Amino acid sequence: MMNIHAHTPNIELTARARRVAAVAASHADSVDRDGRFPAEAVEAMRTERLMGVQIPTAFGGEGASTAEIAEICSILGQACSASAMVFAMHQIKVSSLVTHGGDDAWHQGFMARVAGEQLLLGSATTEGGIGGNMRNSICAIEVDGDTCRLEKNATVISYGDQADAILITSRSHADAAASDQVLTVFLKDQYTLEKTHVWDALGMRGTCSDGYVFKGEAPAVQILPRPFAEIAAQSMLAHAHILWSAVWYGIAADAFAKAQAFVRAAARKSPDMTPPGALRVAEASSLLQGVKASIVAALEMYEAARENEDKLSSMSFSVAMNNLKIASSQTILTIINHCMLICGILAYKNGTPFSLGRHLRDAHSAQLMISNDRILGNTSNMLLIHKQDTSLLG
Amino acid sequence: MSAVEAIRSIVAKHGKLPVDVATLQDDADLYAAGLSSFASVQLMLAIEEHFDIEFPEDRLNRKTFSSIKAIAEVVTELSEDQQAA
Repeated sequence: MMNIHAHTPNIELTARARRVAAVAASHADSVDRDGRFPAEAVEAMRTERLMGVQIPTAFGGEGASTAEIAEICSILGQACSASAMVFAMHQIKVSSLVTHGGDDAWHQGFMARVAGEQLLLGSATTEGGIGGNMRNSICAIEVDGDTCRLEKNATVISYGDQADAILITSRSHADAAASDQVLTVFLKDQYTLEKTHVWDALGMRGTCSDGYVFKGEAPAVQILPRPFAEIAAQSMLAHAHILWSAVWYGIAADAFAKAQAFVRAAARKSPDMTPPGALRVAEASSLLQGVKASIVAALEMYEAARENEDKLSSMSFSVAMNNLKIASSQTILTIINHCMLICGILAYKNGTPFSLGRHLRDAHSAQLMISNDRILGNTSNMLLIHKQDTSLLG
Repeated sequence: MSAVEAIRSIVAKHGKLPVDVATLQDDADLYAAGLSSFASVQLMLAIEEHFDIEFPEDRLNRKTFSSIKAIAEVVTELSEDQQAA
């Protein structure tokens, strides 16, 4: 049952994602060139009712599985990485609501609003002074009767200007330890954002990951009822690494499709001679299959673990999810580089059918969004005590 | 020294907590007290060495290290099991 769930594409959902991808693809170059929000693609996501698909049907969503969300991320990633990443980041926030807010009246109502009004959720987990470790906060939420207030120097809030609500981390109270955090939902009319940095980056330019000073005040019931440590371990880790990897797979898959088309065109012109890039296409195909297999394996592992809190917070699960992120973020660069070697100058130049500059620049973000060095540091620490399962199927 | 006392001194030495361990009850939540996942591994290694035990995979989770009491329970159980084996 679980395998069927993870492997069978939802044809109707896939068709909706493809219609969004067509819109995203036609604006991808201008989004990248101008570093602007992919407004057309996000509008198309709303038209196709994709913002709330993960939300349970009881709250007006469609109860889509993580595998189905990952498939949408991959389809969008083949069209416009920034649009795909915005969608992925939104769905990672939705997963925290679905996993940890389901028993709570306010968050149930909010999920219904996300699905009904197709709200876009942003995330504010980074903060100036924490050294990039989102499991620590400096700022603390102040609960005053029924009201909570928060001010945070958020170094990055992707699409902060366009988000309809922001889920933001902080310490749970003024005297709490840095790692004693909560996650709170603030609606757009409950906060102000003062821009401190403008996102002008090598790639993923359309995510508009600007920095802000966030100031919010909201009813205290909007604080998620579970500690952020649990949310991070039980829904964010898996969703972030799987959905990001699905986006990255999409970028690499699109580059591969171009390289294969390039070689096939050459082969058709001279059927008696194997084109010089053919061997590299075969090599890239093998690498791409590896990325795909890693994502599918992680999806199956997550589906098997998701109902079991102990499994989700186990070291073996964390190590496996970290390994997925490391492998997919590194391998897509090798794949896209192969594709560039195959297509040559036509890949290097912008504005050709084989241009890969945007793919390569976007793909370089993968190693940095949560630095691979930080993740390897965490994994290496866990491997001091966790013994890797060496069985093939276990 | 009882297991709980030994664990207390190991938590004090390796837990890197921002608070004095002496102020924590046996059942106080160590994560709320500031135990990071990184420090929890150092803690596990020190406990393995001190008690000459090995944590099996199914015990390598947040629950095992949620409090001094929880650690002591797992350590007692493992000491009995692993000495019997």
